Amino acid sequence: MRVAGKGLVDRSDTVTFSFDGRSYDGFAGDTVASALLANDVRLMGRSFKYHRPRGVLTAGSEEPNALVTVGRGAASEPNVRATVQEIYDGLQVRSQNAWPSLDFDIMAVNNLVSPFLGAGFYYKTFMWPRKFWERVYEPVIRRAAGLGGLSGAHNPDSYERAFAFCDVLVIGAGPAGLMAALTAARGGADVILADEDALMGGRLNAETYEINGKLGHVWVAEVVDELAEMDNVRLMSRTTVTGAYDHGTFGALERVGHHHGRRDEGAPLECFWRIVAKHSILTGGALERPIAFQNNDRPGIMTAAAVRAYLNRWGVSPGKALTIFGNNDDAHRTALDLAEAGVRIAAVIDSRTDVDIKGDYPVYRGAQVFNTSGGKALESVSIRTINGVEKIQTDCLAMSGGWNPTVHLTCHMNGRPTWRPDIQAFVPSEGAIPGMVAAGACNGTFSTHGCLAEGAQVAGKVLGMLGKKQPDLPLPQAEDAPYRMAPLWAIAGKGRAWLDFQNDVSVKDIKQAAVENFRSVEHMKRYTTQGMATDQGKNSNVGALAVLADATGRGIPETGTTTFRPPYSPVSIAAMGAGAQGKGFAPERFTTSHSASVEAGAPMIEAGLWYRPSYFPKPGEKTWRQSCDREVGYVRKAVGICDVSTLGKIDIQGPDAAALLDFVYTNMFSTLKVGRVRYGLMLREDGTVMDDGTCARLGETHFVMTTTTAAAGAVMKHLEFVAQCLHPEWRVAMTSVTEQWAQFAVAGPKSRDLLNGVLDTPIDNDSWPFMACGDMSVLGVKGRLFRISFSGEHAYEIAVPARYGESLFRELVSRAQGVGGGAYGMEALNVLRIEKGFITHSEIHGRTTAFDVGMAGMISAKKDCIGKVMAGRPGLVAADRERLVGMKPVGAVKLLSAGAHIFAKDAEAVRENDEGYVTSVCFSPEVGTYIGLGFVKNGPERYGEVMRVVDHLRELEVEVEICPPVFFDPEGGRARG
Amino acid sequence: MRLDCPMCGSRDRREFYYQGDAVMLARPAVDAGEAAWDSYLHLRDNPAGQTRELWQHEAGCGAWLVVTRDTVTHAVSAVELASDVKRAMA
Amino acid sequence: MRFSGWRVLREGLTGNKGWAPHWRDAEPKAEYDAIIIGGGGHGLSTAYYLAKEHGLTNIAVLEKGYLGGGNVGRNTTIVRANYFLQGNSEFYSHSLKLWEGLEEDLNYNVMHSQRGLINLFHSDGQRDAFARRGNSMINQGDDAVLLDREGVRKYLPYLDFDNVRFPIYGGLLHPRGGTARHDAVAWGYARGASDRGVDLIQKCEVTGIDIENGQVRGVQTTRGAIRAKKVGIVVAGRSGQVAAMAGMRLPIESHILQAFVTEGLKPCIDHVVSFGMGHFYISQSDKGGLVFGGDLDFYASYASRGNLPMAEHVMEAGMTLMPMIGKAKVLRSWGGIMDMTPDGSPIIDKTDTKGLFIDCGWCYGGFKAVPGSGFSFAHLMATGNHHGPAAKFRLDRFRTGTGLMDEEGTGAQHNLH
Repeated sequence: MRVAGKGLVDRSDTVTFSFDGRSYDGFAGDTVASALLANDVRLMGRSFKYHRPRGVLTAGSEEPNALVTVGRGAASEPNVRATVQEIYDGLQVRSQNAWPSLDFDIMAVNNLVSPFLGAGFYYKTFMWPRKFWERVYEPVIRRAAGLGGLSGAHNPDSYERAFAFCDVLVIGAGPAGLMAALTAARGGADVILADEDALMGGRLNAETYEINGKLGHVWVAEVVDELAEMDNVRLMSRTTVTGAYDHGTFGALERVGHHHGRRDEGAPLECFWRIVAKHSILTGGALERPIAFQNNDRPGIMTAAAVRAYLNRWGVSPGKALTIFGNNDDAHRTALDLAEAGVRIAAVIDSRTDVDIKGDYPVYRGAQVFNTSGGKALESVSIRTINGVEKIQTDCLAMSGGWNPTVHLTCHMNGRPTWRPDIQAFVPSEGAIPGMVAAGACNGTFSTHGCLAEGAQVAGKVLGMLGKKQPDLPLPQAEDAPYRMAPLWAIAGKGRAWLDFQNDVSVKDIKQAAVENFRSVEHMKRYTTQGMATDQGKNSNVGALAVLADATGRGIPETGTTTFRPPYSPVSIAAMGAGAQGKGFAPERFTTSHSASVEAGAPMIEAGLWYRPSYFPKPGEKTWRQSCDREVGYVRKAVGICDVSTLGKIDIQGPDAAALLDFVYTNMFSTLKVGRVRYGLMLREDGTVMDDGTCARLGETHFVMTTTTAAAGAVMKHLEFVAQCLHPEWRVAMTSVTEQWAQFAVAGPKSRDLLNGVLDTPIDNDSWPFMACGDMSVLGVKGRLFRISFSGEHAYEIAVPARYGESLFRELVSRAQGVGGGAYGMEALNVLRIEKGFITHSEIHGRTTAFDVGMAGMISAKKDCIGKVMAGRPGLVAADRERLVGMKPVGAVKLLSAGAHIFAKDAEAVRENDEGYVTSVCFSPEVGTYIGLGFVKNGPERYGEVMRVVDHLRELEVEVEICPPVFFDPEGGRARG
Repeated sequence: MRLDCPMCGSRDRREFYYQGDAVMLARPAVDAGEAAWDSYLHLRDNPAGQTRELWQHEAGCGAWLVVTRDTVTHAVSAVELASDVKRAMA
Repeated sequence: MRFSGWRVLREGLTGNKGWAPHWRDAEPKAEYDAIIIGGGGHGLSTAYYLAKEHGLTNIAVLEKGYLGGGNVGRNTTIVRANYFLQGNSEFYSHSLKLWEGLEEDLNYNVMHSQRGLINLFHSDGQRDAFARRGNSMINQGDDAVLLDREGVRKYLPYLDFDNVRFPIYGGLLHPRGGTARHDAVAWGYARGASDRGVDLIQKCEVTGIDIENGQVRGVQTTRGAIRAKKVGIVVAGRSGQVAAMAGMRLPIESHILQAFVTEGLKPCIDHVVSFGMGHFYISQSDKGGLVFGGDLDFYASYASRGNLPMAEHVMEAGMTLMPMIGKAKVLRSWGGIMDMTPDGSPIIDKTDTKGLFIDCGWCYGGFKAVPGSGFSFAHLMATGNHHGPAAKFRLDRFRTGTGLMDEEGTGAQHNLH
């Protein structure tokens, strides 16, 4: 119910939202949880395993029970904490994991059979009959599992990622954090202050503490105003620092747009930040512990800190007659705040005997709550006192088992926290994150004064480390009460006392795990699933640890903790992968002929990051084969034009350029004359082929190397490795010029004639023989001409600066069309090279050697080169290795497929008889049949043999004749003409 | 994770390419023998502690670097130009 | 104690008081017939098969932490037999057959779910490579189906067929591929070994290996010296350190692999799906979380944690391939130490020291090999002969170049596999 005169919500701004189809009103500043409580809605969820009715347990992001789905359709988001989601007009919220309704959930039957569903039960059963696991048991389990559901539609929202840099990152804007930020900022440091909440202030917004005689939130507002005015401060609210990573890098998730319904304003829904900080101050506060007792999970049972937050920040009392149960002084403020607001207190119960409690309500010392009643909402609690057993009618129980400092971030780099017996809690270990210090409640300092002082103190130290002066900043006045508590983890009793609320793990389960020898905390966690829910153990870890310690006869520190890992609270995949949906995942690279190709109707296919035309369909052609065969004909009979710009081009210059090439290629390049091109083979140091290509000598100390499209980056990296790491004494420099030059193949018998129409100086077979190269002016533009051929025909590659590429391509194609030729694409390119037995990365797929592809002779005996020694390992030169061959169908079936395996004619198609595989196939217009390249054991010794090619996947069996890997013009005369 | 490139300053790890142990700088002679080459290419000390490794500032200046780094804590104690290190080895 | 539905029922009706420890905690003896160093998945399965197949029960597993606390305790749970090179083909095929009988064998529900695994491909070249792989699988006697684009759409309608950066040409379906509950596998083998008399000794770190005249004599540990004539090293990412105790240098570089799980969701991904253009693989656990991962972080590490660049890259791959998972929230990330070899394939071999054996180099693919590795390593340790399906996993193959198994085709750089 709403309480008059309390809360920071804006009562002048009414907001209407819906929950499970019913409409409710709240105020601007309310969360779904606070607004529902204001409307006396207690039941907000069902637990994971037993589907027990649950209400909200906390008022923060650690909430384990009240998980809801927000939004509709493609934008719907599951597993939202009702305690975090701010309400806005039109917000639609639905409960999760209950059917047919939250109120009447059939799966609650699980609760009735709970003795059979204890920890680890599924490991002991569901094994018989054998087929039933996958067909029956697992599908049922999977349907029952999970919390919320994804919509299944593509995510329609937009997200961003960003970097930020600062001197000091202050994590958490409670009293300690605000003082730290203020101190550091006034000292001149660049400060980022981040807090997961919408409001800065931390617990000060939830308590009635005073600072300098004003209510805490008033002091907060003053400090925030000052910080907002400073140029060296960046305030990031609604921003959770999710992970601490190496070298001062932090991940942080900013919830930019969740608090309003507007989606199309250009702002992202979330932004994932990488914040790089020279120093960091963790002032993340502390989270209150529940207490474990039978039926401690009914709707209406929550932490005392949550009750005070709902009262003081949101002006809501979660009940009409509240009971407080705790083991510490802090819990009593709950009663004082409620009483002052005019809310009835049913009882205050303290487990300690020696406490002095003042108040106009029933007080029980040395007492414990051991059970509760009420189906879907709390009705009473049963207590055990020194005098006996009593029942108290109450509709809300505020429980407080003490505080857990929020140590998590300090443990993200393998650190473990330190146990402090005086506060019965873990605190950060010093130095666990390089450059990070902790202050305030997360460091085990719980009074307001203590937090303010520690925040200022650590910031002062950080300023010193930054070489900056301490500012003159007086410490504000605030309470400094000691933290007095007595440990109380679990109340003895018969029934199930809940520890992990979401995963339904009870004290019994922990004890059971210990009995079954899951005694280490890691084993206990995995066996019982305690700590594996969406709160990642924030509400249960220490309690479960205490129970396990007790059950195994050890102390808490000896029993240890599990590891804390990023993210501190869950982060959407869309935020961490922002920008990658659709085409954003990787850059798209386009050639200068791209638009012309698209205009011509060519389907564009991926070649790495590039797009290249597959074929250029002519009107009337119904299949790609028709286009492909025609384009092959262009090159064999007239002239074809193909954009080969995507192949890597590396410009290499310097007096030692030739030495570099001799070292990286297997063959000699220092002997290459100026004005000539040579084919080169490049090995990896392990003797396998890295890449092949041509290298042109444009000058005494100037070469241009080409690589395949796929290996361009790897080769460039390799050349730099050689030049910098192996031979820094060489005077050589290299740069990638792949994008700077547009390059086109002009191939076919009419190629020279066509070129002489565009070259400013005509060429002939003497002035420009096979493998000649050099500068050449093209239609007034300075370019380069290379007489090389990947088709086996009389052919050239002509290069111009990229800005002239499109225009040259169109010109060349038009001229080619005029003489019975035209553009050709990747399909035709592939046919032409297979016919000639030219290899690509289909053959040099990373496991093959020069020996395998028949090029062992290209490894010069006169010099060392990368890969030479290792290529000589016995295993790499064994005669029975699979080696390159060609093949032609000779039986009834004329089709071939790449990926098929090759067997002896009469051998069964099983692994033991495997003799090789097919790498490249095409229909050859020259040969009139399908042809293929592949590898066969002892290949070159088996020409003429008939073997069997078997493709189980395509249900194809083909008899082939093994032949040399060249099907057309084996002497290579056509290229030289 | 960040590396201080001697040319470019402190940059995020995503700009760099990691190759492996810096032993790769000490390429054996052609006739060094099978054991030397096996060691060079394959065998590694692989310590849980300080190593020297080869990285390249691939998305930046392209410099190859020798990074001295602890494989347990990821603390980086030195970043040098590989060409400087190689020259000093001569 | 036998596990069954009846047992669960009976215990549930009588207050669940009858459950017993899943394995016995043992004090280390002064001597055993064999010692297994490493109580992870492979170490535990080796012990189990030594006891079961070879009657060697006077053996101990020494684990420096708690059983199954390494990579078997945190992986993406994928079980498959879709390798294509000789050596790998027969091994994983054998391992998968062991998986298929594992629950019955161990009397422990490891929740092995053969829901089907699909490797997507995104170009003609990739398709051809997957065809070679699929045919290899069928030659081996396993199962593979080549799906075209529409075939993939029938199984995985939620993929982004229209806008994904690298279009889906099709996929290689491995119907018998799937997942299993990783902790259960470790615990099931532990229980099976312990029941057969094997001593499982936790919190016992090996600090030295005693060798005399080229023969192993035993080990030094934090809990005393233990003698044995046979010692097997099965410590995954720590192989370098333990092998060094025997004066060995291994062809291994230890790297970090991150993996992630989301909050629990209602069923939406029913298969194991792997993306061909940005190492990314995903499945959904029986508890509802999406379990996924991608590449190594690529730098050598023993930190068991990774950094943001690769984590973000994995998320990016997920978003381009299946944008419906955008609103799923990553709940937890973790990292393991991967023992990477120069060809990406494992080592199950004797060493130059008599009686000293090593099982390592599983890179990031060790989970699916747990049964097969244990079986083969046990065979080797017990008989001194290589087990057929694992016969090619030799330590010296890098030196000789014979029998290299480079599935990725990336050559002799450890972190590229």
